Amino acid sequence: MSEDLNIDQLQEITRTKFDEGYRLVQIGCTTISTEQFEMNYSFNRVDQFINYQTKISKEVSIPSISNIYPNAFLYENEIHDLFGIQFPGLAIDFNGHFYKTAIPNPFRGDQK
Amino acid sequence: MTKPTIIPFGPQHPVFPEPIHLDLVVEDEKVIQGIPSIGFIHRGLERLVEVKDFQEYVYVAERICGICSFIHGMSYCQAVEQVMNITITERAAYLRVIWSELSRIHSHLLWLGLFADGFGFESLFMQSWRIREKILDIIEATTGGRVIFGSCKVGGVRRDITNDALKSIVDQLLAYQKEIHEISAVFTKDKTVQSRLVDVGVLSETDAIQWGAVGPTARASGVAEDQRSSGYAAYGQLEFAPIVEQAGDSHARTVVRLKELDQSIDLIRQAVSKMPEGTIDVKVTGFPTGECFIRTEQPRGEVVYYLKANGTKFLQRLRVRTPTFANIPPLLKMLPGCSLSDVPILVLTIDPCISCTER
Repeated sequence: MSEDLNIDQLQEITRTKFDEGYRLVQIGCTTISTEQFEMNYSFNRVDQFINYQTKISKEVSIPSISNIYPNAFLYENEIHDLFGIQFPGLAIDFNGHFYKTAIPNPFRGDQK
Repeated sequence: MTKPTIIPFGPQHPVFPEPIHLDLVVEDEKVIQGIPSIGFIHRGLERLVEVKDFQEYVYVAERICGICSFIHGMSYCQAVEQVMNITITERAAYLRVIWSELSRIHSHLLWLGLFADGFGFESLFMQSWRIREKILDIIEATTGGRVIFGSCKVGGVRRDITNDALKSIVDQLLAYQKEIHEISAVFTKDKTVQSRLVDVGVLSETDAIQWGAVGPTARASGVAEDQRSSGYAAYGQLEFAPIVEQAGDSHARTVVRLKELDQSIDLIRQAVSKMPEGTIDVKVTGFPTGECFIRTEQPRGEVVYYLKANGTKFLQRLRVRTPTFANIPPLLKMLPGCSLSDVPILVLTIDPCISCTER
């Protein structure tokens, strides 16, 4: 269902997809353990749906792809507020004020 | 040159049914840039999968949105069915199409009414909602509910519709279609309406793709993408082609929705004429394991359900990418260059559903 992604190649792969005319469908995050997140980057062109998946440490920051896909800033701010992941280079950075949540990073999995 | 001014727009505004905020950078009356703020009513429903039985969660999924609730429930059920390798019966698949299209009709009519209200055409607003009430009556007659009607479940649907009732529904819809055409003519030909819509908020096809537009917003810019083409539920057995316009302006986005009303009625007519006999559900045993993406077409566009399950009765993760969330960036592309007075109308042309967005 998904192709493996090396986070170091994220910018390169995203640039290729953008140049090939793919639409950024979504960026998603899943808490899979106390130490790790799983990231999903999905692209679509006509009827070709491709998802890239990678596991990352909870402390790792991910380079923003909003310099390539302008709509990425919404997904990255959402993930930042819900999971606490940093995205250096965000085109529009809400600095943690995108969602008004009762507790910080409610989807991070550190609290129940 | 005039010094730019920042005008806060929303979150409470007479034309917005739900809270969305824009910081508008303007020079005189001309918008230079818009920066959105949402998150005023974020509910965190996605995390409820961790404490709700996966079969019960369909009730929560339906409550993600108060307008396209059925398609949310159906998309969730499709995702669970995919990871559990469940094939629903043909009759259930056709019934899902009928309720999906009834939902689309009432959603588009709701939007047309709100849109007419937005540019001050009160009688057009009332006529749109008058017809919508009749569609809600059909939904109520077939399910017992009007907007959130709990008819979908993992493994099929909860209720059947008799064949006589199905034929009656088609007859009623064909009668309402004439009334829809009457209001459509006003939306497409009235000079005052056209003056507010034509050449306002133009989004090119390239920008629609690069900024991630979906649904009528994308199709009005020439992007022929509609998830119903993928053939989920029973769409694969019905004649269907996405409705596409090329102008990319507010008028084109209105025309796409108007034409989709006719298309939805035709899809229901086709589904009723091909409706197979049989049962409406299959037994569901065991717990889901695995992950999948499901993409379906809501009235506002593509919705993406990502589901991850680890073999227990609680899912590990559910992510919902709603169409309005995808259409906010294209809105930011439409805003520069428009007049300040056009902003409320422009925001409405993406048919914003903040309830979905703040799932």
